[in-house]
Amino acid sequence: MQLDYTPQQDSFRAEVQAFLKAALPARISRKVLNGLHLAKADIVDWQAILHARGWGAAGWPKQHGGPGFSAVDEFIFEEECALAGAPRQLPFGLKMVAPVIMAFGTKEQCARFLPRIASGEDWWCQGYSEPGSGSDLASLRCKAERDGGHYIVNGQKTWTTLGQHADWIFCLVRTDPAAKPQAGISFLLIDMKTPGISVKPIILMDGAHEVNEVFFDNVRVPVENRVGEENKGWTYAKFLLGHERVNIAGVGVSKRELAQVKALARTETRRGRPLLDDPLFAARVAEAEIALMMLEVTNLRVIAGTEHGTSPGPAASVMKLRGTEIHQAISQLAVEAIGPASLPYDDRARHDGAPVNEADPAALSPIAGHYMNLRKVSIYGGSNQIQKNIISQSVLGL
Amino acid sequence: MDFSYSEEQALLRDMAGKLTSDRYGFEARRAILASPQGFSRALWAEMAQLGLTALNVPEDCGGVGAGPVETALVMQAFGRALVVEPFAASAVLSSALLSLAPQGAARAALLPALAAGTSIIAPALYERRGRFDLDHVETHAARRGAQVILSGGKSGVPGGGIADGFLVSARLGGAPDAASIALLHVPREAKGLTILATRALDNTSVATLVLDAVALDLDAALVAPNALPVIEQATGIAIAALCAEALGVMRAAIDLTTDYLRTRKQFGQPLGKFQVLQHACADMFVAAEEVQSASLLASARCMHADLRERRRAIAAAKVTVNKAARFIGQSAVQLHGGIAMTQDAAISHYFRRLTAIENTLGDTDHHLAAFVALG
Repeated sequence: MQLDYTPQQDSFRAEVQAFLKAALPARISRKVLNGLHLAKADIVDWQAILHARGWGAAGWPKQHGGPGFSAVDEFIFEEECALAGAPRQLPFGLKMVAPVIMAFGTKEQCARFLPRIASGEDWWCQGYSEPGSGSDLASLRCKAERDGGHYIVNGQKTWTTLGQHADWIFCLVRTDPAAKPQAGISFLLIDMKTPGISVKPIILMDGAHEVNEVFFDNVRVPVENRVGEENKGWTYAKFLLGHERVNIAGVGVSKRELAQVKALARTETRRGRPLLDDPLFAARVAEAEIALMMLEVTNLRVIAGTEHGTSPGPAASVMKLRGTEIHQAISQLAVEAIGPASLPYDDRARHDGAPVNEADPAALSPIAGHYMNLRKVSIYGGSNQIQKNIISQSVLGL
Repeated sequence: MDFSYSEEQALLRDMAGKLTSDRYGFEARRAILASPQGFSRALWAEMAQLGLTALNVPEDCGGVGAGPVETALVMQAFGRALVVEPFAASAVLSSALLSLAPQGAARAALLPALAAGTSIIAPALYERRGRFDLDHVETHAARRGAQVILSGGKSGVPGGGIADGFLVSARLGGAPDAASIALLHVPREAKGLTILATRALDNTSVATLVLDAVALDLDAALVAPNALPVIEQATGIAIAALCAEALGVMRAAIDLTTDYLRTRKQFGQPLGKFQVLQHACADMFVAAEEVQSASLLASARCMHADLRERRRAIAAAKVTVNKAARFIGQSAVQLHGGIAMTQDAAISHYFRRLTAIENTLGDTDHHLAAFVALG
């Protein structure tokens, strides 16, 4: 039993820190640290910088072009990136579709798709949810019918994050309407430029265009773009959900945002004293900080025993639950820290180059915007109630 | 970073688990509680024979010189079985107090007896008006020739009804500063010492001590002058042990609850099929996972050289454990329903222990304030 990092892990951390200091462009980290919206180019550029260093796909094994990090090294890497204000790498290609292609795809699919995911040349999005299929994903209706060497896809996907920038979408589609819901689903890779696909923005409550509806109208998809066997897509989807959740707790981002709350509460004042000296506020900050300390230990003990690439199992549900609750609590503390200054709100203040100055009443909009936006985290990726179902059924045997 | 246990640690864990599963079933425990002292001398002897009472005593004093991780493994098993013997008080906290104290007559005399299990020593560190503040010491110790005269009172002394002696914090010299706090050994039979013993709400022994001009030989009694740093660190070690015990209590309470929900039928089906109850159990499980992390953190950091790091970890761990103790204890009773209100239901005893843990070695506000003060 040893909670400390090894000297090798400490020196790896120093190496990552030095790299970030040299390679992370200030124009990008400034946006992340100030809660501003990122442009497509910011994410693509950062992915290219990481890729050039050989760290573009930190979670991938060497045979597929990854650096072959241990799970702990990957945790350190992601934590340092988050602390430095690096943009979150898009998970849809790197952490979602790539492991499925590696595990169930053909050699040709690996060669065709994986390198372009690692380099960031292809922007992937996820086609899972539908208007009628949220938590009950297996009820999905978007259908794909065989026509010679193609599938004809018709239907709709929704909540497609950053689909407006996407080159590719991986989709769960119904290929056997007669089978039981889970048994008639296939996993397709679809080029977003294919005729018949249209993308319609959904504007979130904070004013951001982050998600979309994607419509498929007689979209022809070559059969070779199916991953694995026909009608086995649910198996692959479940594999994906259990996979690569090393960083699902988001410890690094929460650490950075908590430090920002504390900094904010040192400059905000109540009756002439720093807000952080207010015992009520200080206690709430301490509670969040303590919860985060425990989450970090939980995360470490889960991954320290995890062979790379294996699923942490139901522990992932614990980390998702607590990780999202703590992340939300921190964003809530940030709003509480600015109090009445959280009311003036203009989403445009979250765009780079917007004329924001101290006198602008909406200058602090990113704080309230972030708070609103983060309500999503306990809903997506299997809502927190679904995580509780998983725990009660697979761990507690209820 | 390594979260696995060594072969020796695994053996120790299995040994403690076997001791409690063989000897500490619900009925056996009930018989112990019904005995006049509420304590099994035979079981204590068995713990000593297995070397458990020697765990926290240095090797040069007849002990094993093990660390917080080993202690945690034993405490987790004891928590699961709701052991009422004053192991944490005597074999952990008193052993730590004496081990951390400078060389001296009291230390040299007491540690071998603690290791052998022939003596039970209770820490008497708190006072009625001091809540959980270790530096709130009104009890005073005045030098008179080669003697020291102790007057004052100590409260919440764990194992106080059965201890052979006490480690009492007192102001030596009377100055109100932290440096004047000394730690002294007071034998049970000392003249002028009144022991008001009772059962605590978890059925363990607890006592209030009244010291009325207790005269002791200073050289023999003085464990440590300027003892606050020792008291503070030893308490941290005891908190780490308590966190591990709490984890054992909580895991058992969750097992009892989920077993009950699988068995008990209402509305024509097992209660465990109702999602509202499933989610309540999932919340309890998540809380216990946090406590496991708290226990690990406390064990790993309670001896840490960096004082701030050590204190932060201990305070954070105890806050986490206290909140979870309340949440899991209350939830377990609620999910059991009416039966949990009875003394015959094991879960009521788990609830009582969890409630006691919440108010032992610092409550939530105490440790939250300590955490905030560390910045």
